[in-house]
Amino acid sequence: MLSLVVFLPVLVGLVLLLVPQRRRLLIAWTWIATAAVDLALIIALWIGYALNAGAIDHGAGGRGAIGALGYEENIAWMPSLGSGYHIGVDGLSLPLAAMTAVLFLACAIYSGRQEHRPRAHAALFLFLQSVSLGLFVSLDLILFFVFFDLSIVGMYFIIAVWGHGNAARSALQFFLYTFLGSLALLLGFLVLYLASDPHTFDIVELIRVDPLKNDPLLGGLALLAISVGLAVKTPTVPFHTWLPPAHTDAPAPGSVILAGVLLKMGTYGFIRIAMPILPDAWRTYAMVFVIVGVISVLYGALVAMAQTNFKRMVAYTSVNHMGYIILALGAVGILGGNSGPAATLAVTGAVTQMVSHGLLTGALFLLAGVLYDRGGTYEMSAYGGLADPAPRFAGLTAVAVFGSLGLPGLSGFIAEFQIFTGSLSAAPIPTALALLGILITAALLLHMLQRIFLGPAKGPQGAKLHDLQTREVLSVAPLLALAMLIGIFPRFLLDLIEPAAQTLIHLVAR
Amino acid sequence: MVLWLLIALPALAGGCLLVSGRRSDKAAAPLAIAAAAAMLGLAIATAVLRPSVEVGALEGIPAALAVDGLAAAAVLTVAAVFLAVVVFASADIGAGEARARFFGLMLLFVAAMLITVTSTGIFVLLASWEVMGAISYALIGYWWPDASKVRSATLAFITTRSADLGMYLAAGAALAGGAGGLRLAELAGMQGPWRDVALAGLALAALGKSAQLPFSFWLSHAMVGPSPVSALLHSATMVAAGGYLLLRIEPGLAATIWLGQVVAWVGALTALLLGAVAFAQRDLKQLLAASTCSQVGFIVLAAGVGSVSGGAAQFVAHAAVKSLLFLVAGAWLAALGTRDLAELRGVGRRYRVPGITFTIGALALGGIPLLSIWAAKDQILGAALQRSGPLYAVGLAAAVVSAAYAAKALAVVWGNPDQSSIDGQTAAGTVDGRRRRSVPVSGLLPLPVLAAAAVLLGVEALPSVGGWWEELLGQRVSPSPEPWELLLSGVLALAALAAVWWLQARRLATGDVDRTGSKADRVDATDGGAVLTGPGLLQNWLGLERAATVVITGPVMAFAVALARFDDRVLARGVGAAGALTLRSAHHINAVIEDGLTGSVGRISGAVRAMGRSARRPQTGLVHQYYAQAIVVLIVFAALFIVLR
Repeated sequence: MLSLVVFLPVLVGLVLLLVPQRRRLLIAWTWIATAAVDLALIIALWIGYALNAGAIDHGAGGRGAIGALGYEENIAWMPSLGSGYHIGVDGLSLPLAAMTAVLFLACAIYSGRQEHRPRAHAALFLFLQSVSLGLFVSLDLILFFVFFDLSIVGMYFIIAVWGHGNAARSALQFFLYTFLGSLALLLGFLVLYLASDPHTFDIVELIRVDPLKNDPLLGGLALLAISVGLAVKTPTVPFHTWLPPAHTDAPAPGSVILAGVLLKMGTYGFIRIAMPILPDAWRTYAMVFVIVGVISVLYGALVAMAQTNFKRMVAYTSVNHMGYIILALGAVGILGGNSGPAATLAVTGAVTQMVSHGLLTGALFLLAGVLYDRGGTYEMSAYGGLADPAPRFAGLTAVAVFGSLGLPGLSGFIAEFQIFTGSLSAAPIPTALALLGILITAALLLHMLQRIFLGPAKGPQGAKLHDLQTREVLSVAPLLALAMLIGIFPRFLLDLIEPAAQTLIHLVAR
Repeated sequence: MVLWLLIALPALAGGCLLVSGRRSDKAAAPLAIAAAAAMLGLAIATAVLRPSVEVGALEGIPAALAVDGLAAAAVLTVAAVFLAVVVFASADIGAGEARARFFGLMLLFVAAMLITVTSTGIFVLLASWEVMGAISYALIGYWWPDASKVRSATLAFITTRSADLGMYLAAGAALAGGAGGLRLAELAGMQGPWRDVALAGLALAALGKSAQLPFSFWLSHAMVGPSPVSALLHSATMVAAGGYLLLRIEPGLAATIWLGQVVAWVGALTALLLGAVAFAQRDLKQLLAASTCSQVGFIVLAAGVGSVSGGAAQFVAHAAVKSLLFLVAGAWLAALGTRDLAELRGVGRRYRVPGITFTIGALALGGIPLLSIWAAKDQILGAALQRSGPLYAVGLAAAVVSAAYAAKALAVVWGNPDQSSIDGQTAAGTVDGRRRRSVPVSGLLPLPVLAAAAVLLGVEALPSVGGWWEELLGQRVSPSPEPWELLLSGVLALAALAAVWWLQARRLATGDVDRTGSKADRVDATDGGAVLTGPGLLQNWLGLERAATVVITGPVMAFAVALARFDDRVLARGVGAAGALTLRSAHHINAVIEDGLTGSVGRISGAVRAMGRSARRPQTGLVHQYYAQAIVVLIVFAALFIVLR
């Protein structure tokens, strides 16, 4: 069942390559239908998992390693290497998989009128969807690594072929930088492999044996390698410089997937691999992560404030938002075991932030795409008073902006409140400094709203500043509606994350 | 159930109006009035039933609401003022405006305020608190095509949010200090420094929201919003919410001791200084805004000195008085197109109902004996006197200043109409981009009701009735002020009122004499020359905004630009340079090692063939060949290692 969810998109994508290029409507609808079916399947998985959670929980005592895994599949793949096709979901991966499916569906709807090579476009996105879902359900390091690198390859082509501006150069920079990061990741994985006995790449097995428990030096080095690899992908300061050009030159759906899904692969790697497999090293170097997190928060927010290009600005706010996650995960390392609800709040907040950022930044990038479509530029100074000709555009952007700056009632607040509240006792001063991040983002996002949408109306010469089309509304509004649902009724999501968060804390504290 | 209804009703009604957009412009005002009336009924029900609700929210942190005595007083006040404001707004925000947006936002705003006053824990409090701030942004910037109004809205939001960070801090500190579920009631009982951090954070957020020093300047900007917005934000909600929160956490303020003192002094100084600012204003709405800071300062002072019942009385009385005054100012603004005091001369004589109700409100605001604010203020001053003499003196001085600015406004409003300026009205054809017109009678209905409240709420000071008030609040009786204190403040207020009224009236009269018809003088007169003002610093709200720009905003923006430059020129380019370096090294390696390797591979095969003949053959004496051989050996070893293990 889980394999079907993962590979359905890429299979449809392969079939799609046989469809004649000129049948655009058929291509578009097939893509939308596939993404919708995949999302429906994941919702079914979620419901099934939630219903069985109690039963699996009891069984977890026997496994003892990773908590309640659902829909597990474990097939020998390269037994000589200790690597298998091992997949499964839990409360950490299921929300991200669901968010991934939602974003790909939004992109499918948004791209309904794709004119440039629609067949390859759809097939490539379907391929990326399989790769992304595969990564989030992987329970094997080699499998994880393969999906990790394939995502880079897929995104390279999306930026290079369908991008604008200096797309080729940005795509190459993105590829080289994140690929280099993935090599560091591979190095770390190899250390884990060699340290385990018997040698294995299986994540569940590695978590169980805690291979570098008695080797702080090698443990630290392994964590360094893995963290650098993940930090490039996340990205944190100072490894973020590939992000702004990649976003600026990527097509809107590409940016959505890049920011919404690919960045999460970095942060997800921390909670799936780095923290539970290297708990001692994580606790030892927790402060490093806290500091990197805070620097990312403040640096990302400040640099975003100085941007004049709408899309670059949103890209830098991603650095800021990812910083909160790293801060929270570092704080969990400091808290250790007996921290009461603080550590649970921090981890739950971090996972919620991954989902929330995907939805809200995804919406913002789609809206950026609309802006570019209308005016041919992202420069904020070229626009003004768009709320007059395009009230729906302005209204949806306002909701996305307030969500992104952490307004209660939207998902960002649920995430950031938990992160701050959970982290403060572990790292009082860094957390207090990170609080300034939500003030700076508020200032810069409202300033953007003011410049582009309010005041007297103006636009670039020759621009047709008409309002959102149905297709655009249908791609953006559901993302914001979901963010609002999480913001007002968060329990359905938190019920899923919290048990997994507690398991993770347990593993880090041992 | 009642409590859910009370909150869900405005929230859902507001949400529906906002989503449906301009289609529901027509239905908006009637719907809002109906909702507000129903809410008043529900508010009365909650005040009687005292319900409480709790649902799970986050790990160990429930979302809980409850109506206790203090909350009951606030809920009633909010609902009543909201109804009055909405009735006025239905006339003031005319057809053709985006009424669905306006009333939708107002309804959402009041829902957030009701959650704020009934929340029992920091999580829900912070959520509603921030939502209130964001909606105030949308309301202040309601006329968004005017860029300056939007800038003002942004400034108001950012300023209050900077103080809100204190509440985020408080949430973390409360968790660290062990306050279960982040409940406000448990803060005072916490031990150690976390208690102080939590309470200080909450106090900071409260001071920012209630526009106390040094945050006061945002309230001046908030005045660019529509009049009903000012009437709602600055009377019973938003600004008052800060004072309310301080009253709610008063046990905690008292427990830390130092924090109570800080809060009391901030309140007293704000009351005095912003009172002086109010006196210096030429613009009626600005005068009222500064007076809001000043009057809410008394609530803050009350929280600092432990007089919860006095603070609550001031909260209620000020809400009635200030909503009344803002609505009258709004009616005049709509009718005359001006809020400049110099142009409002004698306006009370022309518009009688607003004029008389304005007078009642201003007298109450000035602390004239037997009216509501006088009674509340003296309770607070009595409690302050028990704590500290200087605090009492500052508070008393602030009370005198209140009488002075009230007198100034009254003298102008009842002054002899300046014929030239009344005739000159036609010059200003529009205001806020809208056609000028009189507010219909329906819009004026709330004024007499509010005026009656402004008078009657003073009865709470009478000993026989005071017991009922404290019973409603469920608060212990704070000691009633001594008779001499009541007498002193009453006499001082009356004296200040009379003196300033006389001075202002004389200034208006001499202004008329001076003006012998020459055009230059007339320009001077409309420039406000006939109205009493103060030094520029006071007119300019103590220069607080300028200070914030110079000390905070400017440097932060400069730093941001510098960082962005660093990011582009150093970090990004550094990576590029590293890439180029790698490329160059690759060429270099290609030239030196790869070619060497190719050569050496050939030689090695040769060497293998000739191994029997000469074991010395590999010793070529060339370093790079040794290197290459070493690499080959290492690779072979690594392969063996992996295969064998």
